[in-house]
Amino acid sequence: MKQFMFLFKGGDEVWDTKSPEEQQKHMQHWQQWIGEMAQQEKFIGGERLYPHGNTIHPASLKVTDRPLTESKELVGGYLVVKANTLDEATEMAKRCPGLQWESHVEVREVWPEE
Amino acid sequence: MESRDHIDTTLNHLFRQESGKMVAVLIKIFGIENIEMAEDVVQDALVSALETWKFRGVPDNPRAWLYKTARNKAIDVIRRKKHSKTIDFSDPQKQLLTSGYTLKATMNDFWEEDQIQDDFLAMMYACCHPDISRENQITFILKSLCGFSTKEVAKSFLTSEDTVSKRLYRTKEYFRKYKIRPEIPAQSAIVSRTSAVLSAIYLMFNEGYNSTHVDQLIREDLIGQAMSLCRSLLSGSQTRLPEVYALMALMCFHAARVDSRTTADGSLILLFDQDRTKWNPILIRSGEDYLNKASFGNALTTYHLEAAIAYQHCCAKRYEDTDWNEILGYYNILLDIAADPIVFLNRSLVILELKGPEDALKSLEKMKKNKLLEKYYLYHATLGEIHQRLSNHALSRVCYEKAIQLTQSKSEKQFLQAKITSNR
Repeated sequence: MKQFMFLFKGGDEVWDTKSPEEQQKHMQHWQQWIGEMAQQEKFIGGERLYPHGNTIHPASLKVTDRPLTESKELVGGYLVVKANTLDEATEMAKRCPGLQWESHVEVREVWPEE
Repeated sequence: MESRDHIDTTLNHLFRQESGKMVAVLIKIFGIENIEMAEDVVQDALVSALETWKFRGVPDNPRAWLYKTARNKAIDVIRRKKHSKTIDFSDPQKQLLTSGYTLKATMNDFWEEDQIQDDFLAMMYACCHPDISRENQITFILKSLCGFSTKEVAKSFLTSEDTVSKRLYRTKEYFRKYKIRPEIPAQSAIVSRTSAVLSAIYLMFNEGYNSTHVDQLIREDLIGQAMSLCRSLLSGSQTRLPEVYALMALMCFHAARVDSRTTADGSLILLFDQDRTKWNPILIRSGEDYLNKASFGNALTTYHLEAAIAYQHCCAKRYEDTDWNEILGYYNILLDIAADPIVFLNRSLVILELKGPEDALKSLEKMKKNKLLEKYYLYHATLGEIHQRLSNHALSRVCYEKAIQLTQSKSEKQFLQAKITSNR
């Protein structure tokens, strides 16, 4: 089986408008979705990312104290999963609860060692 | 600022009630190979409670507070350990603990109220695994499931803290080596596995009830904990067996009489001399209820019969009202079920009441060469009593002296010495 990475982009604006109860409920949906993949032994790992951080520029090594991406494009987290094909991985990603809250999911295959 | 005493009492009570359940849940999360990790989290939660409550007062729901704190500390431990090899996350549910997306929600699932009780029961069955020796079982139960300190366990069994630590270590090693996964046994094994749990509970109870060596507080604690463990078996639908009700009834009947059994200075009072108005009517009433519930199904265990005997004593208003015939009948069935020499000895005391010393002596003759009874002080004390009634004073004295040699208990020794003195 191949490995794929789901990159979750944007959606922070929606998240911020929700109450703590709604956020907790939303995370339970994530748990169900990831839990199903774990049951099928397709879940490898993944984390959420804070929106803040630094960017280091090439050559000059100048540091900017924020990510360079616009917030719509900002990576908010990632998962690594197993699937046979890109299509299969995409079908799995379509059930991501983040899509309900205006997050985009980018599905990318992990480049294996050659 | 809240009074220190109030906080201490609340916490002590809470700790005895809840620490075992928290440990059971945490063992399910961290795995049986990480019992210390589970115990540390509970200990940490307790320390936090003590420190926080000192300034902010005891919260409205201290139990919920303690559980939430333990849960948050468990989350911290998982975050710290998730890349180490100490915790096995291979199970799909546990794998969800390794991601920030699912850690909190999954952790909350582990602490669902209706699961906690099952985890606790599962841990009790794990502790009472037939391969673990009885004393190691009870030591572990007291320490990990009843919140006793090593020192308190040592006091309960008149042994050193060092011995207790060794026993705990051996049990933990057993769990680790055989990767025991705590679970409530399947229907086919439930009766035999529960029987082991019940004997551990009854032994714990007796340690509190019979031993006069242990200090009063620990004895009450042992009795209370044994009854509370039995009650948790009664709360589970799979574990609610007739014999569990029977043991619960038996312990109620015994516990009802506990205060009338000793004088203020700790010496024993015989049934004959006990002030029956001191017996606890509420406990006797609950005992009756449990005994009624114990009679469903076909199971007739030693607990049923012992409870029936204890009940006969509880319902007699005066010693003279005791229905010895009924009691003898129960003893006869008891001997049929389990040919236990101690039961035989107790039965001879009933014969002594019912038919007099000659018959009692005749009955005991059959047990003359029994090795267990030879070393049992009550056997010799009983013989002493019988010979005394037969006016064989010299023989009686020899028996009492033998009994004194065999008991460790100071109050028993005093009691027997008084018998010898009155014998002259």
